[in-house]
Amino acid sequence: MKDFFQTTILFLVVAGILALALSGSLGFLSSGLNNVLVTAQTWVSVRFTAVQEFITVPRNVTELRQQVAGLETENARLQALVVQLQNQVADTQALAALVKFSRTTPENAYTAASVIGRDPSPFLRYIIIDKGSNDGLRRGMPVVTDQGLVGRVDAVISSAARVQLITDPGSAVNIRLEKAGKEAVLTGTVSGDLTLELVPQDVALETGDVVLTSGLGGGYPTDLIVGQILSVRKRDADLFQQAYVQPVVDFSQLKIVLIITDFRPVDISPLLP
Amino acid sequence: MKNLVAIPVLILTFILQTAIFSRINLLAGAADLALLVLVSWALQEQVRSAWHWAGLAALMAAFLSGLPPYVYLLSYLMAVALARFLLRQVWQMPLLALFTVIFFSTLLSNLVSYLALWVTGVNIPLEDALAQVILPALFLNLLFILPVHSLLRDLARWVYPQEAL
Repeated sequence: MKDFFQTTILFLVVAGILALALSGSLGFLSSGLNNVLVTAQTWVSVRFTAVQEFITVPRNVTELRQQVAGLETENARLQALVVQLQNQVADTQALAALVKFSRTTPENAYTAASVIGRDPSPFLRYIIIDKGSNDGLRRGMPVVTDQGLVGRVDAVISSAARVQLITDPGSAVNIRLEKAGKEAVLTGTVSGDLTLELVPQDVALETGDVVLTSGLGGGYPTDLIVGQILSVRKRDADLFQQAYVQPVVDFSQLKIVLIITDFRPVDISPLLP
Repeated sequence: MKNLVAIPVLILTFILQTAIFSRINLLAGAADLALLVLVSWALQEQVRSAWHWAGLAALMAAFLSGLPPYVYLLSYLMAVALARFLLRQVWQMPLLALFTVIFFSTLLSNLVSYLALWVTGVNIPLEDALAQVILPALFLNLLFILPVHSLLRDLARWVYPQEAL
């Protein structure tokens, strides 16, 4: 009977405490207790995590470092491959353009050559190509790209040749103006520009007029595109007018050129007075 | 046998010149690596083969270039002569001699090229030649001379070790 009363009192006390807690009357106590518990939980958790990382992470770091090193190596290899493939694509595109050009002009025979150097003298505009007399090249053969006229072969050895560009100060190309229908002489300059000389004053030069080879003099085939008139300088006091020509070929980016191997230049120097 | 080192060095020089240095343009000017090598070599006290190097370099340049062969022979011989002369005069100031020689030899070399082109009928306005070629080439030569000189000094010490001591 005594135990029953003690148990009943105990339950009543517990129920009272629960009732007080549920009613919020014990909030200061529960929050304090919660804070202590959470702090203890956090402390234990942090230490446990630290111990766990101490035991497990070093192995993972080593693995990760190995993986990073491997990926970096692979990345470098792939980047080099990308550059290599981009170069191959550029070369292939250039070659495809040259093949297309040669197919559109089947009357000529072509030999493709890579540009491997430039003249040591800054006064001259010559390039060195990797094809020579062994490949059928001869002095005077015209050199073109799919865009237009480049120059002509100036000197040949067995496996290489030197090409004088039309921008060379010593170069002179007989040309025909497509729209004006007149002929003139195109010369190079030391700065790499092209100028039209000996154009009579009565010829109507227009900006944008296409410049083609005329074939006069026998140095070049006819109707090869050279460029377009960029500007005209006309003064009443001069006997002739002058024009600057924008070449269609980008001479600073020449990589592959075509040599017209079935063209035989005519040497007219004995006929000159 | 020591003089034979000129062959690989000058071949390498002209490969670099035609493949790289002739493409590094300032306006239309470009550095003359062979001239830099010859001047740097001739300014080394222990070197006895500078004249041979000049002759060999002129031969190689004449083979590669569209300029008349005598242009390079004259240019390189004058550059070596100037270098050997100044080496005796201002031997205690190698940098002064170096820059003086490269300055005047570049001007002389370009002047000879200009005159040779003029003789062959290629008329380039002098102001264009100065502004587009000669002055930019002079600047590039002065820019590249120090590393080239440093390399050639090491080469000279390697080729002539006893004289260097």
